[in-house]
Order: sequence, then C-alpha cells, then structure tokens
Amino acid sequence: MSAEKRQKSSGNGVPDGMTASVLNVNGEAYPVVFPTHHTLLEVLREECNLTGTKHGCELGECGACAVLVDGQPVLSCLQITTDVIGKSIETVEGLQVDNDLHPLQEAFADLGAAQCGYCTPGILMVAEALLQQDAEPDDDQITEALSGNICRCTGYKRIIEAVKWAAAKKRGDDWRPADELFSGHEIPQ
Amino acid sequence: MLRLPPIRIEAPDTLQDAAQLLSNGNTRLVAGGTDLWPNMKRRHQQADTVVSLMSIPELDVIDNGKTNTRIGATATLADVIRDDEVRRRFPAFAKAVASISSPPLRNMGTIGGNLCVDTRCTYYNQTEEWRRSIDYCLKEEGQICWVATKSPRCWAHTASDSAPILCALDARVTLVSSTGERELPLKDMYVDDGIDYLAKRADEILTELTIPAASDDSQCRSAFWKLRRRGSIDFSTMSVAVAVWTDDSDVVTRATMYLGAVGAAPMPVAEVDAVLVGNKISKDRIAEIAHVAHQIARPMDNTDFTASWRGKMTEQYVTAALREIAGMPPLHMQPRHRLRVI
Amino acid sequence: MVKVYSVPPDERPGETASELRIVGKPFRRVDGRAKVTGQTRFADDLQFPRMVHIKLVRSTVAHARIRNIDLSAALAMDGIVGTLVGEELPNSFGIMPVSEDEYALAIDTVRFVGDPLAAIAAVSEDIAHAAALAVIVEYEPLATIASVAEALTTPEPQIHEYADEGNIHKKVSLKFGDVEGGFEEADLILEDDFFYEGSNHLALEQHSSLAVAEDDDRVTVYSSTQCPHYVHRALSKTLDIPASRIRVIACSNGGGFGGKSDPFNHEIIVAKMALKLGRPAKITLTREEVFYCHRGRHPVQMHLKTGFRKDGTMTSQHLQTTLDGGAFGSYGVASTFYTGALQTTTYKLPHYWFEGARAFTNKPPCGPKRGHGTPQPRFAYEVQLDKAAHELGIDPADLRLRNLVEADTITANWLQIGTIGLKECIDAVVKGSGWKEHYGRLPEGRGLGIACSAYMTGAGLPIYWNHMPQSGVQIKLDRSGNVAVFCGETELGQGSDSILTAVVAEVLGIGLKDIRLCVGDTDLTPVDLGSYSSRVTLMVGQAAKQAAEKARDKIAEAVSEHMEVAMESLVFADGQVFPAHEPKQRIGFNEAVVIAESRFGTLGTTGSYIPPRAPGRFRGSGVGPSPTYSYSAAVLAVRVDPETGVYDIDRVWIAHDIGRALNPVLALGQIEGSVYMGLGEAMMEEQAFRRLPKRLSSALVHKMPSMLEYKSLGFHDMPEMTCYLIETDDVRGPYGAKEAGQGPLLPIMPALSNAIFDAVGVRVDQVPIHPELVLKGLQAKRQGREARVGPEKFPDINYGEPLIVHTPGQGGDGRAANDPKASRKGVRSASGTMKDRDEALKEHSSATLTTD
Repeated sequence: MSAEKRQKSSGNGVPDGMTASVLNVNGEAYPVVFPTHHTLLEVLREECNLTGTKHGCELGECGACAVLVDGQPVLSCLQITTDVIGKSIETVEGLQVDNDLHPLQEAFADLGAAQCGYCTPGILMVAEALLQQDAEPDDDQITEALSGNICRCTGYKRIIEAVKWAAAKKRGDDWRPADELFSGHEIPQ
Repeated sequence: MLRLPPIRIEAPDTLQDAAQLLSNGNTRLVAGGTDLWPNMKRRHQQADTVVSLMSIPELDVIDNGKTNTRIGATATLADVIRDDEVRRRFPAFAKAVASISSPPLRNMGTIGGNLCVDTRCTYYNQTEEWRRSIDYCLKEEGQICWVATKSPRCWAHTASDSAPILCALDARVTLVSSTGERELPLKDMYVDDGIDYLAKRADEILTELTIPAASDDSQCRSAFWKLRRRGSIDFSTMSVAVAVWTDDSDVVTRATMYLGAVGAAPMPVAEVDAVLVGNKISKDRIAEIAHVAHQIARPMDNTDFTASWRGKMTEQYVTAALREIAGMPPLHMQPRHRLRVI
Repeated sequence: MVKVYSVPPDERPGETASELRIVGKPFRRVDGRAKVTGQTRFADDLQFPRMVHIKLVRSTVAHARIRNIDLSAALAMDGIVGTLVGEELPNSFGIMPVSEDEYALAIDTVRFVGDPLAAIAAVSEDIAHAAALAVIVEYEPLATIASVAEALTTPEPQIHEYADEGNIHKKVSLKFGDVEGGFEEADLILEDDFFYEGSNHLALEQHSSLAVAEDDDRVTVYSSTQCPHYVHRALSKTLDIPASRIRVIACSNGGGFGGKSDPFNHEIIVAKMALKLGRPAKITLTREEVFYCHRGRHPVQMHLKTGFRKDGTMTSQHLQTTLDGGAFGSYGVASTFYTGALQTTTYKLPHYWFEGARAFTNKPPCGPKRGHGTPQPRFAYEVQLDKAAHELGIDPADLRLRNLVEADTITANWLQIGTIGLKECIDAVVKGSGWKEHYGRLPEGRGLGIACSAYMTGAGLPIYWNHMPQSGVQIKLDRSGNVAVFCGETELGQGSDSILTAVVAEVLGIGLKDIRLCVGDTDLTPVDLGSYSSRVTLMVGQAAKQAAEKARDKIAEAVSEHMEVAMESLVFADGQVFPAHEPKQRIGFNEAVVIAESRFGTLGTTGSYIPPRAPGRFRGSGVGPSPTYSYSAAVLAVRVDPETGVYDIDRVWIAHDIGRALNPVLALGQIEGSVYMGLGEAMMEEQAFRRLPKRLSSALVHKMPSMLEYKSLGFHDMPEMTCYLIETDDVRGPYGAKEAGQGPLLPIMPALSNAIFDAVGVRVDQVPIHPELVLKGLQAKRQGREARVGPEKFPDINYGEPLIVHTPGQGGDGRAANDPKASRKGVRSASGTMKDRDEALKEHSSATLTTD
C-alpha cells in the first residue's frame, strides 16, 4: 500500500475501521469520516446529508441509488467509498444550477415522468450521463441506458419522452412530446 | 438498509502487494464489487480483509494486438463493450458482455470479476436470516443441497455470461499468486461443482484474459444467445455460445459450443465439432446438435423459469445460435429484448 | 349563507369545461419540483439528534410457539441502547376492527417466517443488525399451512382462534335473486376454474418510520404510510396513550399501491422505543422485510358459473372464491367480500350468488393491492366472457356491449351505479386497435384480446364504523393572499397534493403557487381516511371544493357589500375578483381577502365529505358501495411463438372513463402505471413460496424476496401504449371526476389471456402467464387434449347457508330475507345511528349532492 493511499484511508488518529477523507460531490469538497465498509450510498446520505440519492434494494437490483462517478453512472449501494476518493461524484442535488432546474428536471416534472419520485434521482443521473454522451439519443438508446432502473409508477413511457424532451431543450430544439402525452390519444370516431 | 459487515479494505497499487495481501488469512479479492458486495451484505460470503484490485493500473488495459486481444482483469464490462476493436473482432463476446446485468453495473463490474463470478442458486443468494430459516444449504454452512436433496454435490449454476463465449473462442487466462504465475485455457478454470467452481486457487489473482486473433470475426463466426425473463438486470437462466471456423467454401473446419447457467460450469457441447467438421451447417446437423445440447444441459430448480422448460429452450436457442451463424433466418419469434450492443 | 354557485358543474358560470382555468389542464404537479431535485423528504431521509436505529428480530420458522428469546449476546455488544419484546406491547391491533389479530412483536406464537418477535435499538444500524443476528430464539415448531387446501385439511392447530372455522378465517355467502331460476333460463352455462397468483406492491421505497418522544406519554411518528389516521388509531391502542397525545405525520410515500395502508409493527415499535428510551428511534426495512410486511394481492382460486342466452345476455352467475390470506387478518375480510362485490358493476346480472372464503396460512399476510380483491374475479369473468363469445359465435366486444349496465341503476347486489362510459371505452379500444378487421383474422401466432372492468371511486364506508366525514379540509386565508389548505390526505405519487391544490385554486381563482399545503398530519390536519380505495380525488376533492366555496362565498359577501354589486355576479379568476359584467372593476384576490378579513375577522372554512348512503342493507353490503365507479376497456395485441410459448405484447390500447380528468397528465400517468402493473401481474410477478421436503425440514419460506428475483417489468419490457381518456362528468365527483389509479389495471390480465387464445387457441386460466404454461397448453392442443392450462379442481369447501337478498328487480328492499341478526334498528353506536348520519349528511352536504 502506498503512503499516499494510507493517508487517504486512515489518517491521523482515525480509529481502525474508519476512514477520514474528503469527497468531491457536485464539485464541492465534503470532509467525511465514515466506517470504511459504508458504501457511497451510505456516506452520501448519512455523512454528507445528501438524501436525494435513494435506495430500494441495496443489492444493485433496482437502480434507485445511481450516481455519477467521473461522469459514469454507478450504483452507489455497491460502490465502496474508498474507491471514489479523489473522483468526481455527481448526485441529483448537483443537477440544478443555482435555483434553475436542469432541462431533465423540467421535463420530468412537466411530463409526469416522476410520480412518487423515489426512482427519479437515479433515473435523472443515468439520463444525464447519457445526454452528456449523446445530444440526441433515440428511444432504443434511452431504453438501454435506463434499463437498470426500475420504476413502479409510470410504465416508463413518460420517462423516455421526458429524456428526449430534455435533450431537445439542451440542444435548443423546440421539439416536444406528442400532444397525446398531455391530453390522451384522440378518441377514434 | 442492508449493509456490509465491518471489513478492512486494502487497495494495493501493485500486483505483488495484492498477491502478498491475498496470501494472508481470511481475505478475499474484489474488483468492481458487483458480486462480492451483495454476497457479503447477505452474509453468504465473508472476509476480514478485502483486497481491491482497482488501484493496480496495469490490470486496467485492453490491448488489441496482432496475435491476440489482451484484456486486463479490471477492465470494466462497459470498457469492453465500448472498445471498437473488441466489438469488431469478437461481436458475440461483445454481445454477451452487453447482456450482463444493467448499464450502471457494467460500469462497475469487471471482466475478471465476471469470469470468477460466484455460482448462483435461489437457496443460496439469500440473506443470513433467510438461510437460517432453511438451515442453510450445502454451498454454505449447511448439509443439504435443497435443489437435489439426495445429491452429494452442490448444484448452484454458473452465472457468467462472458465465460461460455470466451471458452468457445479459446480464451486463456493468467493467474498470479505470491508464489508464481500460470496461464491456462479459460475452459480449464471451471469445475462442474457449485462450491469449488474454479480451478483458480484462493491465493491466485486472475490478472488477464487473452483471446487469440484466430478466434476473431474474420476467422470464425460466433453467436451468443441468452434466456432471461427481462431485457436487463436478470442473470442468464440458460445461454448458448458457439464459435465456428470455416474454410472458403463454408465447410466447417472446427466448432466449439458452451452452455451457460445449466450446470455449475460452462457446459461444453463437444459434439458440435464432430457433427459439423467437414460439412456445411445444415438444418439436419443443427437439429442433431440441438438434441445433444439438450441432453448435456442440466438445468435445475435453482433460478428463474422451470428447469424443464429451460432444458427445452436449450434446444431452441442452440438452433437459433447455429442458424444465426449459418446466415439462416430465425425460425422463431425473438424476444422483445433482443441482445444488442448499444 | 347564500351560495354563489349552487347548481351542477356544467351549469355554473365559470365552471363549464371551457371556462375552467386549472382543472382539466396539464399543469405541473405541485410537488414536481421537489421530486426532481431530491428535496422531497421521504421518511428514511429524516434524521434527528440522538436518534437510535432499530432492527427487528424476525422469526426463522413458519409456525411455532416461542420458548425463549435469549438477548444476552446481543445486549453484550457495544452500542446497544435498548430492546423490546412482545410482552411490552400487549395490546393487539389490526386495520379491521373485526380482525385485530396482530401484535407489534409476537408474544407466544410466531406465524410466518419474517414475523417480528424482538426489536433492538443501537447507535447505528450496523450494530443493531449485528445484535439482531446474535439473538437466539428457541422455538417449539407447530404444523404449518401453505395453502387454502392445507388450511381446509388442517383445522388444528389454529393460526388464530377467532377464525370462522378451523383455519378458515372468513366465510361469506350472499345470494341475490333467483340464481337457480336464472340458470334455467340459460341457453349456455359455462363453468370454469381459475387461479390468480399473489403479488407484492414492490413500491420502490422500503417502509420507514421514525418516532420522536416529546414527553413520557407524547410522541410524534413520521412514517411512510398511506393512512396516517389508521396508524394513529393503532398507536393509541397499542401504546395505551390517548390519541390526542400521538401525532402521526405521513411523509411523501415512495409508492404505495396499497402496501402502506395497514398500520405496521415497525410503526408501533419505533414509537414505543422512542418513549422507552426518551430519544428518537428510526427503522427502515430492507427489501426482504418489505416482502414480509407484504399485504399484497391475495392468491385466489375461483370457480365461476355463468348462464348465457343465445343473444349473449346473461341470466345468472355463481362465483366461488378462496383466498390464501397469510398469517393475519389485515384487510382480509374486506378483501374476501371484494372478490365478489364488484362483479355486477359492468354487465347486467339479474341473479348473482357469491361465495368466498379466506384461509389463514403461515405466510406473510395478504391485503390490499391496487384493485383490492377485484382483479382476481375480474380476470375469471372476462376470460369466461371470451369463452362464451367463442361458444355463442358473438364478437367478444359485442358480447360485452350487449350486457352493459346502465347509468343511475342499482345492481342485483345493491350497488348504486353512477355514470358509465364503458360503451365509449369499448368503442375507443375497438376502433383504435382495428379490432373489427383483425380479431380472429390474424395469422397463427398473433392475436388480439379484449377485457373490461370497473372500479370504485372510494369505498362507501370507512374501515371502522362511524358517521363522521371520511374526508375533511380546512382552509385558512389571510391578508397576504396566501391560502393554507389543511387535509389529512397523503401523497403517494398519485398526485393527491396536486388535485387538492387545483380544486382550491380553481374555486378561488388563484394560482397553484398561492396555496400552501399541510397534509397528512394528525395533529394539524382534519381527518382524511387515507390514500386507499381510489377515494382521494373524489372525497378530498369534494371536501376541498366545499371548503373553498365557503371561503369564496365569504369573500364574495364582503366584496359585494364593498363594491355594491350583487354577490352572484362576482367572478374569481386569475388572482382577481370582479363583477362579471364589469371586469374592469377588478381587485386583487389578496385585496378581496383584506376586505373579508376586515368584515368578518379571522377567516377560515371547512369542508367535509361523507359518501352517499348505499342502498344495500344486508350484512356485507358495506363492501362494494362507492359514490361512483370508473370503467375501463383494454385491447392487447400479442405474438406467441408456438414452439416455445414465449410471447410478446406489441401494444396495449386502453380507454378509461375517468368522469373528468382534473389533470390529464396525472390521469394518464395513473392509467399507464396501472397498465404497467397489470402487465407485471399478467406476465411475471409472483409472491411465491418454497416448502422444503417435509421429511427433511419444516421450512416454508418466501421463494425470492428480492428486487432481482421478484420480476417487475423494466424499461425493455413495456409494450407500446395508447391511452384514451373518456369523460362522463359524474355529478358525484368534484368537477365530474372519478378515479384513475386502480381501475385501468384490471382489464390487462384477462385481455392478455384472451389475446393468447386468439393467437394460438390456448386458454390460460391463471396468472401470471409464464411461457411454460403457454407451451404446456400448446402441447396439450397438439396431442388432442383440451388446449387449456389452469387449476383442475376447486377446493371442497362448505360456505354455509347463504344470506338471501332479493334484488331491486324482484322488488327487494336491500335487506336480507333470512338474517336473524339483521334487526339492528335504533342501535346507537358512539357516533350515532344511521338516521343521525343521514341528517348530518343533509346538513353538511352542499358538496355531497346525492343521499338516498
């Protein structure tokens, strides 16, 4: 083990089994002391008080706890925290700029893509990573990118449309989801 | 919240340090953690110290050389799929990797981890409390394999999607310990036993995977089919990986086939070679192989779907995979969630 | 008090559909911003200083007497703060007054694997869990029961002594009309057996509760609950503390679907632990524990016999059901009735006999899940209709259209039907899917299936007998122009906060952002019974409308005096108040409130909602009535692979009679979510159990209590959906609204089974429809056997003497003809007689337009 590593994971006076470090979350430095076996999920929620990141299984099976590490979606429930020291961590709290909603947040709120809102933070983060990579993803790409996230409320359709809407907003394109998503399909005569 | 037990985590930055740490006491290896952490949270795998390989730079490489492709153990599954050359050379391998779990877990899980992934069983992948209520099972603490109560062995099934196709493509792996290094064909790393499912010793580290260029798409045609309930997240309940080498006139010169999730190890269908070599792939020969594969598959009641149906589906999926290789149109409806590399 | 507007919606100035400003528009949900920013505070997001973390020790055996609980190893650990065992919480509880059979912690007996028996509080959850694992429990095992059939053959030992008979918790037999005579008139009688597997809600948020002690007998409980009022009652009973000293705050729920509508052990335990230790106590369940709380869909077996005339009309029906209830009562008595109650609400059934029985088994308790008790018989009914259509040579859509119940009629089992848009629903999905061109004509392997359903818009009666409002709203207004709305409702994601806000904003002509909500807080908000039975839009909506109209009237009265214009001429719109004929005379809403506050003093109004009294007067008539019913029709297009049984659903067309969509985006979201959950149940979701070989083990365990192995459709697995909103403006609902959260789930399962029949000629009489089952049916067909999969025989069960009730068509009066216990005239409960209730209703009922 390198000297640098040792300092990261068990610095001066930190008891065995604990880690003291600084996490870079949403571009801000969070000094944290946590039990070394606590995952990023636990440290974000319990040490950083960033409770926007949710959990639905803690076993990597539902996607609710997804956050970005160096721009890539990972499941924070299976992300050992010591592995992300020094990396850039992004959570739902970092999406909005000051008090302005991110286009994804706007689209999700307006299209009913968030119902109970519990899977939403995870889905927003995975979608954000996708939009960073691809300014105009199609339905298949969105479906695949989000396929690790379970939503029990919406039936997914609005989420896919909201991601496309947000992508359009980001591009400055005035595309918006079909009218039927706002008023129902036209009743056939 | 389900949490990990207290553990010591070591993150050495050299392989030598890792090998040294691994030779001590109750120690386990971790790479992406997508297998070990759930298992430890449920308490059916335990360790005082976990040695992470993620700080060892030389393990995180993908090198598409002239004679082979080398992939370091900690290259993530996402890295593998994103590598254009890997996708070009070994499309069925890329497809298999793209079918593993879900995208965020592929950003975390590594190829080495997937090759060594613990065997699975619905009597085993349960919490400590749940396992207490069945008095545990043969794989962990108990006396009986609940899948086959009279059986002296454990019937947990192999859960790796990369293993069958890599076995079919003649991949080799390098194992390093504090006492030395060895290389062996990947297929020889697997043992058909749910408990001792790897020939890799506990003190050995799988460092590298090598796929020969002779298995690439210009030399051989390969296919991977996977049966699972949903289009993502789910493990295989059965999979078929096949590679076929042909001469210029489409006559088969060599063929390999492995079945996943229907045994404790990837199950070789050796007959594929005997049936196909010297011939072109035909409907009759496909039917013959499919029939044999069905006999070889040993699906047990240890995962999703009924075992007997998984057996029948082996025949269908072997047929589908071979038809794909032969360029024949699919016989049957493909599931909505066709395997694709996106 | 003069009513400014007191005529039905469409005749009111300012309330015709075109003039509504908020209602009917796709506005952003009021909690939308909080939900997309991570600001919504779910129960597990709360932390308090000195908080302890609780872990429950749960039984690892399915049925046993507890011989000893050895906590010593746990107590020896560092960081343990306190423990609880069953004796410390000796009072039983349960959602239904007739089945208060639960204890916060098992006292003598554990009844299923997962039944909690001790609680450990520690400074961290890590330590609490380690300690819980170190608790040693000695059990004396008892015989276990895994199914209804076993419950019937194993009357002893009884899981609960209060059961109707042996291990049969509840038996019901209700006979409406001349059932046998009806069958004699039939040209075709079909008898079929069906099975519907149990399923879990799988709300993404795992249950969480946190309690803060404020005195030695005063406590606040924050919880992920759909029904804070019922939790409040259970806490008072189990803690032995007056309800006035207990405050329950329902946090936003991360999904409920019925799974958070019981009072739960863990809610009582956090409160007790907080009171015992004098410090905040919190518990958050793991996913596995959520499967043990369960209260999900009952596994139900059904035997359905229906008589048809050649023209497809129905003459009589006899339905028998058995419910596998699990280890406790929960809502089970209601669930039992619900497996029969709504059978009459879609199609005319002149005579109807329902027999139902619920068994106790050593599994987690079943209860209410989206559609509560009705998706199972609906599946049976709609599949059987498809069979009848096939036998009679009538198009299945036409068969349904020929039998439709009519609006404003009373069914054979005494349910009052409101508006019914089922014809329009069927027309929409038939046209949308190209049914007439394609049904029965698609190539082998492809098929279409149709099914319909109805659901309640709120249960007519509360869970416990009382005549008080089922929903209450208070409004506080002051000179700031801000309007504070107080209501006991809880937001699960269904959009109740938005509906409440929209109704008040619409009436007062102000913006959504001018309203501050305070909801789901038993100290601060008037009682609303909770977010269950699809009751919130209608009941909360009506109470809110009434309270807002009272506020508007008050302001209008003061403003009319001030402006010297007629009160009736005043319009409230766009944050302004003005005379209709002279819009330029407008004043701001806040100015109007100042005028009213100056005139009347501090302003506040209330609204109450009590549903109309149902016409049924027989024992059991309390389950099924609703102010009005929603209707749905769905068509599914499926492709089936004949070699494997694998099938794929290409598209779902669904039409839903919602009365009026108060917010179409939210309404569509409820319909799409219902389709999603229906598809899950139709295709794969199963709360399944394993029983180990009896010679080796007595284990009876949940097969796969995880998100991975409990299969819930993901992004890749959803077909295309086409949703039609059908509006029938029901006068019983606010602005004409009915429910949308549950009804659209119901037609999905039978429509899939029917579509598979159209595709490959195989009848699947059970759900979920695994590909294995389809293949089994295909193989049977090829071998010349009956191309059907489903249960082979119905349990031999004696439901007892039926209660005979004459139908409205027979000139009945809603009472049973043969009930010795029926004479309850003049019986006075603490909350008064039915007569008192009716009078109270009349007095309060500007919002509730129909009483009988």
